[in-house]
Amino acid sequence: MSCRLAADNVLYGNPLFRWVYDLAGSALPCWLAYIIAGLVVMFIVVNGVLAGTAVLTWAERKLLGRFQNRVGPNRWGPFGLLQPMADLVKLLTKENLTPKGADRLVFNLVPILMMMPTLLVVAVVPFAMNTAVADLSIGVLYILAVSSLTILAIFMAGWSSNNRFALFGAARGVAVLVSYEVPVVLSLLGVVMVAGSMSLSGVVEAQAVPFLLVQPIALFVFAAGTSAELNRTPFDVAEGESEIVAGYHIEYSGIKFAIIQASEFGGTITASAVIVTLFLAGWQGPLASYLGWLWFLLKLGLVLFLFVWVRATYPRLRTDQIMAFSWKFLLSISLINLLATSLEIYWLRGAERALTTGDLWIMALMNLAIAAACLLVAGRLSQAKVRRVRPPLPVAASGTAAREAR
Amino acid sequence: MYGLQMVRGLLVTLKNLTRKPFTVQYPEERLPQHPRFRGEEFVWYEERCTGCASCAKYCPLGIIKIVTSPSGTAVPQGDKYRLEVFDIEIARCMFCGLCVEACPYDALFMGSGFEQGRYSRRDLVIPIQQLRESDKRPSTWFRPQLEEAKYNPHLGQPVDWKQAGRESWRWHQREKAGLRLDSHPADSNVPDETEKPTQANALPEGPVQGAR
Amino acid sequence: MTIRTEPVTVNIGPQHPSTHGVFRLRVTFDGEVVVQVEPVFGYLHRGTEKLAEERNYVQVVTLTDRLDYVSSMTNNQAYCLAVEKLLEVEPPPRGKYLRTITAELQRIASHLVGVGFFLQELGTFGGTPLMYCFRSRERILDLFEMLCGARITVSYMRPGGVFADAPADFWPALATFLNAFPGELAELEQLILENEILMVRTRGVSPLPLDLAINCSVSGPVLRASGLAWDWRKVDPYDAYDKVEFQVPVGSNGDNYDRFWVRMQEVRQSLSIVRQCIAQIEPGPVRLPDLPLVLRAAPGKEAYGRIEAPRGELGFYLVSDGGVSPYRCKIRSPSLINLTVTEHLLVGWKLADMIVTLGSVDINMGEVDR
Repeated sequence: MSCRLAADNVLYGNPLFRWVYDLAGSALPCWLAYIIAGLVVMFIVVNGVLAGTAVLTWAERKLLGRFQNRVGPNRWGPFGLLQPMADLVKLLTKENLTPKGADRLVFNLVPILMMMPTLLVVAVVPFAMNTAVADLSIGVLYILAVSSLTILAIFMAGWSSNNRFALFGAARGVAVLVSYEVPVVLSLLGVVMVAGSMSLSGVVEAQAVPFLLVQPIALFVFAAGTSAELNRTPFDVAEGESEIVAGYHIEYSGIKFAIIQASEFGGTITASAVIVTLFLAGWQGPLASYLGWLWFLLKLGLVLFLFVWVRATYPRLRTDQIMAFSWKFLLSISLINLLATSLEIYWLRGAERALTTGDLWIMALMNLAIAAACLLVAGRLSQAKVRRVRPPLPVAASGTAAREAR
Repeated sequence: MYGLQMVRGLLVTLKNLTRKPFTVQYPEERLPQHPRFRGEEFVWYEERCTGCASCAKYCPLGIIKIVTSPSGTAVPQGDKYRLEVFDIEIARCMFCGLCVEACPYDALFMGSGFEQGRYSRRDLVIPIQQLRESDKRPSTWFRPQLEEAKYNPHLGQPVDWKQAGRESWRWHQREKAGLRLDSHPADSNVPDETEKPTQANALPEGPVQGAR
Repeated sequence: MTIRTEPVTVNIGPQHPSTHGVFRLRVTFDGEVVVQVEPVFGYLHRGTEKLAEERNYVQVVTLTDRLDYVSSMTNNQAYCLAVEKLLEVEPPPRGKYLRTITAELQRIASHLVGVGFFLQELGTFGGTPLMYCFRSRERILDLFEMLCGARITVSYMRPGGVFADAPADFWPALATFLNAFPGELAELEQLILENEILMVRTRGVSPLPLDLAINCSVSGPVLRASGLAWDWRKVDPYDAYDKVEFQVPVGSNGDNYDRFWVRMQEVRQSLSIVRQCIAQIEPGPVRLPDLPLVLRAAPGKEAYGRIEAPRGELGFYLVSDGGVSPYRCKIRSPSLINLTVTEHLLVGWKLADMIVTLGSVDINMGEVDR
């Protein structure tokens, strides 16, 4: 008996799934074949993400080390490549503490809940041509919905830990994440409008000109928003290791801590993958049908490098400043972007209601100009915050005067 | 313009990414130490020591333990006191070097090493036996005579007791024995019954070993 | 529905990463805003003042190393000045110049640590500026190793001068440092000095009014950031400071940024002082030759030696009873006195600002607890 997958199934676009499904379906009942094929795909994706996480922890530590003129991990394996394994073994052998007075169920549920959104987001990212696990037609919406689940885990961690530092971290994290959802959604709206599709493969295919140029403001807002959601510098208030030590995961140890860390790094990978897909034309490049994965990985590496670079350079903002940055600056420029983009689309698109490559270039020029104007105006407006109110006296007072005065 | 300074900051970190690391991977690589480095393994020359315990008195922590007994033999042979115990408890030592500064006969020197880690504090005592037998690679700290000879303990050359002092060892040996220079004018007839330098008289007073 | 809130009391420290040692703040927060601060210290108390009464005058030098272990040279200097006042002796000129050079190098090293940790507490991840600061500080510590065989606990100075002249290879190494360091300093300034995030985080935060600073006897960069050019090197010159030209950087608002800025500028002034000292120094003895190993002062004499340490006015008050050790040794440590304004600086600001303010005051617990 052979099983046929319905063409409107969400997993129909995944060739690996179909192949395993067909293979298993020739011997097993259809529902079992469906589960087996799903498990196979899940296995590959989950392990792929975790391996990528391991590589990222190594790469981030190594890069940070080099940014700081240090060597970074170099003890295990060539260039310290086995460092993540060593970390994992170490964390596995640590005692798995649950603090006294903690809400055990919630406390132990947090690592799982942290890991979940990270893995779920990967499902819709096309990392080569036709290679998404499930090419959802509402991909962008799905990403936004799933990635906000992290808030829940952070708040649960902070609340259940019975630790005031953790509570501080959770309160900060929730405040930041909630306020950053709005500009992020608005920025992606512009992308979706230009692409004319919510499916991520649709967005990639629409990028004859990378949306990096067509939607620069959206890219900026999305990058800032995701780094805030991922607790990365300069928005890492929820962890704030110099202030609230480790924030919401202060009480986690052993493998639970490892999972939380892994989900953070995994979140960075998936967020970068989303940025690559939405703004850097995903797998597009020369010979995209064969080398799509290579272009994707290169672009992913570039975005990750930028994240690490920023992390290595900047101090942290205060919570209220981050919120002000979100509500006053990011929200307004994303609204401007939305308005500009919709007007441009209204004017530019032809009778067949689609944008040509030439139209995209025109939009890119206009949007770059708008972005520069936004930056200038915002800089002028916020100058009062940044400028020296009264510059410190340039080393004027001399000691002889003081001595005479005495 | 707003944000410009942040971009300049990014350039600084990028520039440092291309630089060589300034850290040193310790067990494999080592920083060059200066000859004046005040290290852990004290260098002690029994031949020079009179057992006066100036070092013990001058130590701010009182961690040097000295027990002497009058040796019945041979005051003229330069053995006025026999040193029975000379223990330095480096667990409490802060390596200030005041003991070296206090030593009037250049018998005690700071060492040049720093790797005396032990698992127990009881092991962190340098007993007299170890002081007798260890390599004599003294630090040049507070010892201008070694500095003038451009001695570097980190090159591995030990220094003989005769070359470690600021004066001629022969003068010193008689001074230690409580004899005055003018009472024994003949240098060559000093009998020497200390353990190592039995043929000391035959050795010329050359430059310090280990000089670069 | 009304939300009932209540203040939370949190212990910041003694194992908190940003408390500069074992310092504890019992803080009551309303949300994130500090409403009450109670500093608790004494975790590092070693009884230095009492120990000094049991040691002779030279041995106490080694104890002063352990006070403010980030700037041991200046501790030595303050103590030696006090002993010299007690004995009514004066070190030879070369000794004075060597002291000035090492004290200024120590000031650079100490300010680098202060600035580095201040930026670390601002949240530069993994401390990139801190590593850059330590890179430069390493060079200074190497110089100290050349001078006296130790990097942190130097015990370099003695009453009546310094323990020995600098070795021959010290001067070329110092010249190399003086050539290389301005570039590194410029790099650090480019990285962070005008950074917008730093500006919004620190400008106008926790200002210290000048009158309060004076009333609380605050000294050092914290006082100068509030706008008073008060520097003992100028006001009451010791060692070779009356022979060198330098300026006293002064802030205007006394906020966190000014404290940071004053330190950065003082590093430049210290560099210039070192250069002038190298130009002026002449061969000669570095230590009074006729001072005995065990010093004795006249009974009943008192002396107060003070210097401008990197953290403020460091003073040693010594009383002699004619014995070999001081009858009483009182240490006026700048960190402790600067902590008296803690409550004023912290209350009303947020948790994040509180940590940064502590970093900008730049306390050292070895000195606070003694």
